[in-house]
Amino acid sequence: MVYKTIDEANQAVVSKIIAGSPFLLDVVPAMDVIDEFKHGKVLLHAGPPITYDKMIDPVQGACIGAALFEGWADNEDDARKLMESGEVTLIPCHHVDAVGPMGGITSAHMPLVVVENRTDGNRAYCTMNEGIGAVLRFGANGPEVIDRLRWMRDVLGPVLSKALQTREPLNVNVLIAKAIAMGDEFHQRNIAASLAFLKEMSPSIVALDIDQKDKEDVIQFLADTDQFFLNIMMASAKSVMDGARQIQEGTIVTAMCRNGYEFGIRIAGMGDEWFTGPVNTPHGLYFSGFSEDDASPDMGDSAITETFGVGGFAMIAAPAVTRFVGTGGFFDALHTSEDMTEITTASNPNFPIPTWDFRGISIGIDARKVVETGILPVINTGIANKKAGLGQIGAGTVNPPMEAFEKAVLAYAKKLGFEE
Amino acid sequence: MLHTVIEKNSYQDSIVLMLLTNYLETLDGVNNVQVMMGTPANKDIFKTGGLATEELEAATPNDMVVVLDVDNEDLIDDVVKKAKVYLDEQSSGNDDENSGEERVKTWDKALEVAKDAPVALISVPGVYAASEVEKALDAGKNVFCFSDNVTIEDEARLKQMAHEKGLLLMGPDCGTGIANGLPLAFANRVRKGSIGIVGASGTGIQEVTAIIHKMGEGVTNAIGTGGRDLKAKVQGITFKDSIALLDQDPDVKVIVAISKPPAKEVRDDAVDLLRAAKKPVVAIFLGEKPEAHEKGLYRAYTLEETAKIAVGLLHGQEPTGNEDVAVKVPDVQLQPQQKYIKGYYSGGTLAYEAATLMNNTLGLHAENGVDGSILKKDGYEVLDLGDDVFTQGRPHPMIDATKRKEMMVSAGQDPETAAILLDIVLGYGTTDDMAGDLKDTIIKVKADAKAEGREIAVIATIVGTDMDPQDYSQQQKTLEEAGVILCENNAQAVKTALAVVGHPVEETPLPILPEQPSNVKMPAVSDRLKEMLTATRFLNIGLESFADAINESGGSAVQFDWKPIAGGNVELQKALLFLNKVDLKVGV
Repeated sequence: MVYKTIDEANQAVVSKIIAGSPFLLDVVPAMDVIDEFKHGKVLLHAGPPITYDKMIDPVQGACIGAALFEGWADNEDDARKLMESGEVTLIPCHHVDAVGPMGGITSAHMPLVVVENRTDGNRAYCTMNEGIGAVLRFGANGPEVIDRLRWMRDVLGPVLSKALQTREPLNVNVLIAKAIAMGDEFHQRNIAASLAFLKEMSPSIVALDIDQKDKEDVIQFLADTDQFFLNIMMASAKSVMDGARQIQEGTIVTAMCRNGYEFGIRIAGMGDEWFTGPVNTPHGLYFSGFSEDDASPDMGDSAITETFGVGGFAMIAAPAVTRFVGTGGFFDALHTSEDMTEITTASNPNFPIPTWDFRGISIGIDARKVVETGILPVINTGIANKKAGLGQIGAGTVNPPMEAFEKAVLAYAKKLGFEE
Repeated sequence: MLHTVIEKNSYQDSIVLMLLTNYLETLDGVNNVQVMMGTPANKDIFKTGGLATEELEAATPNDMVVVLDVDNEDLIDDVVKKAKVYLDEQSSGNDDENSGEERVKTWDKALEVAKDAPVALISVPGVYAASEVEKALDAGKNVFCFSDNVTIEDEARLKQMAHEKGLLLMGPDCGTGIANGLPLAFANRVRKGSIGIVGASGTGIQEVTAIIHKMGEGVTNAIGTGGRDLKAKVQGITFKDSIALLDQDPDVKVIVAISKPPAKEVRDDAVDLLRAAKKPVVAIFLGEKPEAHEKGLYRAYTLEETAKIAVGLLHGQEPTGNEDVAVKVPDVQLQPQQKYIKGYYSGGTLAYEAATLMNNTLGLHAENGVDGSILKKDGYEVLDLGDDVFTQGRPHPMIDATKRKEMMVSAGQDPETAAILLDIVLGYGTTDDMAGDLKDTIIKVKADAKAEGREIAVIATIVGTDMDPQDYSQQQKTLEEAGVILCENNAQAVKTALAVVGHPVEETPLPILPEQPSNVKMPAVSDRLKEMLTATRFLNIGLESFADAINESGGSAVQFDWKPIAGGNVELQKALLFLNKVDLKVGV
């Protein structure tokens, strides 16, 4: 108990966020770094804890895809029965130092990026981005999806791992600082960071003594995958926020995530406890033929990017995607980022935003301020079809439920002796 | 029927194309449409959306592809043309009026962004007003509190607190003010000048400043105190500090004080303070008929006289008693039974002034009315339609003329009505065209009476200036076209009405007594208070139109979109308060 006030504790948490220094070390099979995979059939999922029956269709679809990928079943029906039987243990990614995009379904043999926060010595993990179209994270589980997952397991993961071993670990802060100046906000838009990543990695990849076709495929995949960096950003944000939440005091939000059913947050002072409320459905722009009626409720651990201060909080950094806020454009983005400063504690000077007069990203969401002001965090997000496997149907923004913040504030107040 | 249009080598951002798609979908005759760049992934999306065509396959990632489902092929060209216009408009930029404004949602942010603003305007719901005023005072702001429903105990406490901090609390329930020539809340635009005003009356300040403006002089600062400041419980704290402030303002040459008669306990103090001023003072205690001036402290009976004496003094001229221009009696042919004047006012002080003049001139000896009925004796009637009893569930009569029109129609039907008095208040916060809203009713009232062989005089005054956001001369013209007898100010209008019914006001010049000694010393004025006189920057907490008025007039206001803490949830408010104060070392 070294802090006198909550403000002091919050400041300490925020200092840790600023000091955070994530490095990309390796890409490894999930079971090599997460012990839980060694005990029976295990799947990780995004968001706070949930049971299979409460999962929405795209997340169930992803579970089935993972079961097929792991070879637990050879057809969809059997895979579904297996999932319904309860034989598969479901664990939130967040409980095992990981984060997962959209459904967040992660299985033992999927390759994960390994990011180490060198300030606090902790590590965090995330699967790699599969590209767009029919992908597991949106609940697709057809042969094309499973084949790609196998290729990622057999080729992409090992190639990136080898390439990373031939060079210094990749300093992620440097990539973030560069790409924010090139118009990325790291949730909706990662193209600059993805290209910077490719630029960093390609000399190492082409120098590897491996099959030429594999090299070409890997380079082509990285060149095609605009959002490849998102998952590295997520793991990096997770590593920094987990480092910061070693301080178990104060009201800074240390995680925000959703499982399609509930939105969960953690605050520093309440450690591992989740505070939840029902998820909202995103608002945004839809591809032709789709509307909000087709949209899946909000899901994914990717809101760790907003927790870290990018994504919706850095909307102003990415003029190219500001239209997702509404149809207003630049000034709507400005207002969004300005609003977010009202619920955050500080600016991170390591990541100045040129379009914001070089102001640093806003960090340290204070749950007290959210409750006090009624201003909810703005999260940039992809929008999935509510039916499994039909993929992305749009993109937009979504808010967490106020209830989660209210519960967190009340619980912490009570923990400190508040009596109603 | 599906049609495909491919624009070769025409790269557009995907979001722009999604917006374009949404727009094209709204066009008549378009069953379905999608515009995207021709990448392989996008082609899949076309197919999923039921828009697969053969031509689509030929498109490259550099081509913009429109796949369109229309029944009538003639529409295709039109849709493509509209798409191009849309893209052109998108690229020409976004014309957002609000782009540069400063807007905050929390106190922390407000105090950071508006740290250089010496004045905070507060217009939050009354139950929250006292605590917000206190926060603003704690932050070192002078406060203009428009909010009402603050208890008089809170008012006294907060004013004392402000005084001790060297700050000024204007209000609560302060409807108008001018700071450094900038309009606060419901105020007229008047030119800056050397007359400084302190007033406990909203429309009283508006009327006096407007008359001064019409006479070619100006007012840089008009300080509202709120209507209860000179009551015994509040002791005139704001009134006294304001007089001291204006007395020490080098730009003020003449001071005007407008108030209802002060409480007996406060009166001597207040008058003594006015006597202590270095500068000449014109005082009007509304409802009181003064008996004599004193050298340096001149007393007015009407708002018109107040303004005119002040302008005279500014020109080095003591009151002569001829400040009131002789009223020209209009030719109105009344029937013998037409005796009564009906006043339907939107401004409370103007109604009060009308009632005072009528009461005194006609010798009615009427008691002060209650509930908006300022005068009711025999058939004479003066209503303040802005009183709470008339505004329950409806807009203020300066904004909405409905109630006033009802009253006018029924007065017109009364065969004993001789004249109807009206005020048209211009300025910020009032409607754009009150004269236009009233015009048809005025014409109808006069015509209906005429059909029964009666003539009714409708007499009005416009409170406002040629700098107001409304078009002053157009308002004049509209009223004249409706057959209104338009007077220069309210006192003139009331006197005209009295002359019409055969009771002209007798004017008697007041003697000027020698200077009276004062037993009080002018209070000291803090630097923070002085900053108010030259303020250009404001923090506006609540009604956004107040910030707009300041911004439009050349000042700058930070808009604080105020909401109650935690959405008004009391348990959460208490928890937050607890968390903000808890000592972590001891707390657990």
